[in-house]
Amino acid sequence: MARVVVDVMLKPEILDPQGEAVLGALPRLNVTEVASVRIGKRVEIEFDENARNVEEQSRVIADQLLANPVIEDFTIYIEPSPIEAP
Amino acid sequence: MTRELAMTVDTVGVADATPDEKQPWAELGLKEDEYERIRKILGRRPTQSELAMYSIMWSEHCSYKSSRVHLRQFNEKNPRTPRLLAGIGENAGVVAIDEHIAVTFKVESHNHPSYVEPKQGAATGVGGIIRDIIAMGARPIAVMDSLRFGAIDHPDTARVLPGVVDGIGHYGNCVGLPNIGGETYFDPCYQGNPLVNALSVGVMPRSRLQSMQASGAGNIVILLGAKTGRDGIGGVSVLASATFSESGEGDARPSVQVGDPFTEKLLIEVCLELFDAGLVVGVQDLGGAGLTCALSETAAAGDGGMHVDLELVPLRAKGMEPHDILASESQERMLLIVDPAKAEEVLARSHRWGLLATAIGTVTGSGRLVIDFHGQTVVDVPPKSLADEGPVYDRPIAEPNDLALIAVDRAETLPRPSTDEEIRQTVLDMAASPNLCDKSWITEQYDSSVFGNTVLGAPHDAGVIRLDERTGVGIAISLDGNGRFARLDPYTGAQLALAEAYRNVAVTGATPIAVSDCLNFGSPEDPHVMWQFERAVTGIADGCQKLGIPVTGGNVSFYNQTGRDAIHPTPVIGVLGVLDDVARRIPLGLGRTGDTIALLGSTAEELSGSEWAAVKHGHLGGVPPKVDLDHEMKLAELLARLAGTEQLAAAHDLSEGGLAQALVEAICHSGLGAQILLPEGVDPFTYLFSESSGRVLVVIPRGQELAVRTACEQRGLPITPLGVTDANTDGLHLRDHFDLGRAELEAAWRGRIGARLGE
Repeated sequence: MARVVVDVMLKPEILDPQGEAVLGALPRLNVTEVASVRIGKRVEIEFDENARNVEEQSRVIADQLLANPVIEDFTIYIEPSPIEAP
Repeated sequence: MTRELAMTVDTVGVADATPDEKQPWAELGLKEDEYERIRKILGRRPTQSELAMYSIMWSEHCSYKSSRVHLRQFNEKNPRTPRLLAGIGENAGVVAIDEHIAVTFKVESHNHPSYVEPKQGAATGVGGIIRDIIAMGARPIAVMDSLRFGAIDHPDTARVLPGVVDGIGHYGNCVGLPNIGGETYFDPCYQGNPLVNALSVGVMPRSRLQSMQASGAGNIVILLGAKTGRDGIGGVSVLASATFSESGEGDARPSVQVGDPFTEKLLIEVCLELFDAGLVVGVQDLGGAGLTCALSETAAAGDGGMHVDLELVPLRAKGMEPHDILASESQERMLLIVDPAKAEEVLARSHRWGLLATAIGTVTGSGRLVIDFHGQTVVDVPPKSLADEGPVYDRPIAEPNDLALIAVDRAETLPRPSTDEEIRQTVLDMAASPNLCDKSWITEQYDSSVFGNTVLGAPHDAGVIRLDERTGVGIAISLDGNGRFARLDPYTGAQLALAEAYRNVAVTGATPIAVSDCLNFGSPEDPHVMWQFERAVTGIADGCQKLGIPVTGGNVSFYNQTGRDAIHPTPVIGVLGVLDDVARRIPLGLGRTGDTIALLGSTAEELSGSEWAAVKHGHLGGVPPKVDLDHEMKLAELLARLAGTEQLAAAHDLSEGGLAQALVEAICHSGLGAQILLPEGVDPFTYLFSESSGRVLVVIPRGQELAVRTACEQRGLPITPLGVTDANTDGLHLRDHFDLGRAELEAAWRGRIGARLGE
């Protein structure tokens, strides 16, 4: 079974109001040495055991559904399948 | 700080020393002669920052260079009224309601950004228009929107529409403003160029009216609100001032901005607190052209000099160069001009609200806008050359070649339903068509009643808001446009939109007092588009002169065009009216059982450009319905009178879809049935579906029929009794023709938008 993790983050130049809000709340915890906070989302996808073209399919999912490519970037990690290990 | 200093900055000194350096003026959207003029004004080549500023301020979006020669008509023809406290050229028009309070309202387009990124584009459109209202000194109290999309079943509409609606709802709901209505239309001509026009209205004590002047040498320039990032660089100069290429939108992507409505809410509260405490000399919002526009406009409107230290601007992104900082379209920022003795207090009060506020410069008497970056002068220009003395084009105008052909292709000659059964089916089909069906899928996503002052919202003809709980005084606003009529005849089409908005306000019982307009057109470089624009502006200016209500502001959106295909010319008109007591407003519906249903105005055979011709035949041709503004004025005066004496139980404007659609909406809204008998001798199809202007369906309470009839006759207004409201009638009973039960009517009319979008 192939496990794929997609990370979706706002592009660096795009304002992240959520991240700004967290940054603004940090002094209340006496944390004062943080310069920036950016919040994104992590999506875990498990493909069927015999799924093919996992990377290609993941890219379609990420580009067309999970991320809004106009304002977001995504990265795809395909976790090595334990079955294929020797 | 060594990093920034290491950056090679193009200073005035460098520009003097390297006069022949090649500059990317064409890529920034400037024409060769415009670039030459900049060199002449400065007596040298512009620096990189100056070039960025001129390219922004001289863009179509900011300079109105193609429209200005025509927009002059508004000033020339505007009726003089003591109500008008601020007009065209200000951030928004301001009209007096009574001796104490004034309202400010404006409609503005955010078309191009909403196509590229529907949600954020529409959201920042709402944010932008709200800041215009704050900049006049008013508290924003409501928003409205006028939306146009491509065909409802086109796949891209399923991307654009939900995004736009989500964006409007997200921003408006979060900032805490009720959405009190608007309009949504579908037409294939808007496929690649959807229109998102947002309106905001605010209220203020008359004494709080603010100015955008940076006057008083020595006064401090303060930047308030969000940090400046790389958002939307090139948004106005490139995105909104050029035609979309047919190859796609990829190149426009980096210029998307994301807004934060919670910061906007803080901006509202801080600005109003500062205004009330008398701490602000001048104020300007940062909109489509960021600091460039705010600095040059405030400096040009004031004593003409300003010095800014650009490195003081708080930045969100690393490594931003001066021209980036000047061009950034980061949202939720305002520029304040403050007396130095009060600057500390302004900063302290802003910080108390959790907002950044930074002194970035001072007003000077030098007559120059000088901007330094780490001590090096990167801009040194006369501010009026940016803000007021941009290029003005009297572009070529040519009547479209196909106009005569279109005019003779009349919809009145199209095959019509003839039997009662066919007409009955047409009523249902029209009620289910995208432009006429129930829009609650959209309006339910908006908060319509936050603040508790919304008296009427969607689906009423106009939104009504109470301004003062003690006196009950309120305002009504309607936004209307009809691209099809304007395509057939832009002069008449624009006046039909004006007349409809005027009438929509009047049917609530309000007296119309002011106009704001959003003029959506194709490319001004096309003489046919320019002809449409000139005709439409003339139509609005003449119409407002006749109606005695001034145009107070608005905006122009050109380049709504993909390749050679321009949208229909679409002037969207916002009319604002006053109600002395909102308790006496006239609602939509059918009143009570036994009330008389009647039609004000007269019906001619006018089907060209109608919704019926579009839905049933995909036809657009002929000449639009006639406009009679004298009649509209009499009608409005009558409705206001009858509202005041409470002699009308309900009223509904007849527009797209004609009498049939007005009856369907009144029935679906009221829960009662209608027994209708058409006047003798009329053709039922024409009477039900003609879109003749100047008509209102009214419901007269029992016992008032004679008084209403007399009031109409005194004014020479035709009134035709059509039938009665009846609780025992199921839906619509059209005597001698057909019955249409409520269940069948509602099944046709409701739930269509979501279903067609696949939701």
